[in-house]
Amino acid sequence: MTALADGAVDTEVAALAHRSTAAQRMRRRAPLLPALIFTIIITQLPFLVTIGISVLNWNVLRPGDNAFLPGVELGKYESFAGISNYVTVFTDNRLRHAVMNTIVLTASAVLVSVVIGLLLAVLLDRRFPGRGLARTLLIAPFLVMPVAAALLWKHALYNPDYGLFNGVLNWIWQLFGAEQGPIIEWVTNMPMTAVVAALVWQWTPFMMLILLAGLQAQPGDIIEAAKVDGASGWQTFRFLTLPHLRQYLELSVLLGSIYLLQTFDAVFTITQGGPGTATTNLPYEIYLTMFRKYEYGEAAAAGVVVVIGTIIVATFALRTISSLFREEVGR
Amino acid sequence: MNAPPTGSLARHGGPGGAPPSAAAARGLMRRLRRAKEPEQGLAPRGGPLWATLAWGLTLMFFAPVAWMVLTSLHTEADAATNPPSPLASLTLNGYRELFRRGVEPYLINSAMASLVSTALVLALAIPAAYALSIKPVEKWTDVMFFFLSTKFLPAIAALLPVYLIVKKIGLLDNIWALIILYTAMNLPIAIWMMRSFLAEVPREILEAAEVDGAGLLRVLTLIVWPISMPGVAATALICFIFSWNEFMLAVNLTGVRAGTAPVFLVGFITSEGLFLAQLCAAATLLSLPVLLAGWAAQDKLVRGLSLGAVK
Repeated sequence: MTALADGAVDTEVAALAHRSTAAQRMRRRAPLLPALIFTIIITQLPFLVTIGISVLNWNVLRPGDNAFLPGVELGKYESFAGISNYVTVFTDNRLRHAVMNTIVLTASAVLVSVVIGLLLAVLLDRRFPGRGLARTLLIAPFLVMPVAAALLWKHALYNPDYGLFNGVLNWIWQLFGAEQGPIIEWVTNMPMTAVVAALVWQWTPFMMLILLAGLQAQPGDIIEAAKVDGASGWQTFRFLTLPHLRQYLELSVLLGSIYLLQTFDAVFTITQGGPGTATTNLPYEIYLTMFRKYEYGEAAAAGVVVVIGTIIVATFALRTISSLFREEVGR
Repeated sequence: MNAPPTGSLARHGGPGGAPPSAAAARGLMRRLRRAKEPEQGLAPRGGPLWATLAWGLTLMFFAPVAWMVLTSLHTEADAATNPPSPLASLTLNGYRELFRRGVEPYLINSAMASLVSTALVLALAIPAAYALSIKPVEKWTDVMFFFLSTKFLPAIAALLPVYLIVKKIGLLDNIWALIILYTAMNLPIAIWMMRSFLAEVPREILEAAEVDGAGLLRVLTLIVWPISMPGVAATALICFIFSWNEFMLAVNLTGVRAGTAPVFLVGFITSEGLFLAQLCAAATLLSLPVLLAGWAAQDKLVRGLSLGAVK
């Protein structure tokens, strides 16, 4: 399809759209409406309710006598709180910790998995015996149920007594005649690293898939030309492949950040946020505030803060996706 | 890259031999694709060192999965030895124990939540994607980005109101609560994926059919459906994967009656004594549907995960 023909079709469509009556426009919209209305009701209304709760003093253990949303009556709150819940979110030590932990956890898991994912994508972009099988095996970690993966890492790999990691160390030490290998308490001694390692294992295949798609979308003739001109492998990678991959790297970092900001399964399963608050991230802290402390107002305020943080990241993600999208639509 | 599997999937999808116009459309699609990506199959060859490095890293990543499956086939005593004993004799006791402890209701709940929500997602997403690609409404890109933005809002921030509302209408520990929420969770992904598949239906063919006086139903069944069939299958698999694996909503909104597979898994580690083989059996069994679905949808996986942005 040439650009010219495409343009002609577009003007034709535009002219038709201009002439179309209101009834025709409604008929065009009709198939869209069920999905649109469903999405607005299920995803947007709860956020409005969250904002509403965030300005209330509402703890289930101290029921007040003001009905929340009279007529619907979702529960009874104590009093209007104004912005005091937000002040708590930004001044409370636990929540400040949670914000820091969220940043550390998300940033390190995303960066490490992007770097390893890039390495794997570059390796898999060339032909070698069993390349298809290698790709199939590599995506397995991403497909294992996240809760199952977290339990697997916690019990089958990290456990100091019978976990695989210490087991292999012990085996190697005994090979060299030692009585007993080192016993490392992985989760206790390095809780954040333990959580991040499990997440990196799960998310590297995701990064690899996006970056591999990016590599394979690279036009072969340019690489060929560079080779003819005597460019080394590293030079071609650095000056041709990496710039081409930039969009895909951005996309994988941003999508990874959005998904990993919401990490709940791994923290819940591997460390329960501990020891102390060492690995409590915002989603887990919100969960604790909600269902362990029953501070609904505070939890809602923290939720609003997470949404704002996500919107900031998401704006960048949307920009990247829309540039890829326009490229595709314009083609 | 995807041309041959696309063709074969579509053939399987066509009930009793595809009609000639659909076959023509497929032929055209294949030619278009080949024209766009001339030498996909001819990636440069890597040397033995390249292959060794690639396989080494691959096996490192796959090792925990292999260890999980292997441990699930050992006795509890062999599973917990130090140093590990990979060559111990195999048994299915771990799996038998799972069924003795009643894993079936959880599997049924998971299947129900993911299959019904996937069906609902498709029922809502396919017409919507049609109105966003083949007969686009005005400002359709804005609508697309509205759907996408809902996917970016963290579910945890909506959990409290969702919990209160679900409790109020009596759906706590009821599988329908999860079905509705999973439908909303996957709808944006499905709409983006389906739009990108429907956009591949060549305009020329649609216009030619309309000029020839083919009605909407004929256009849909003879042209749109055969071409977008593989897309529907891939979208369904992606939605299935995400709902099957979902944990945060399931653990907070369900209990003993409507609990899904991940809820069974976390509730499982309460007993004393050795449980590693059983745990690995549970992890293997409950991950298996998604592993199979994901491997089946491999070629389309990246398209779904990047919300259709990357092909």
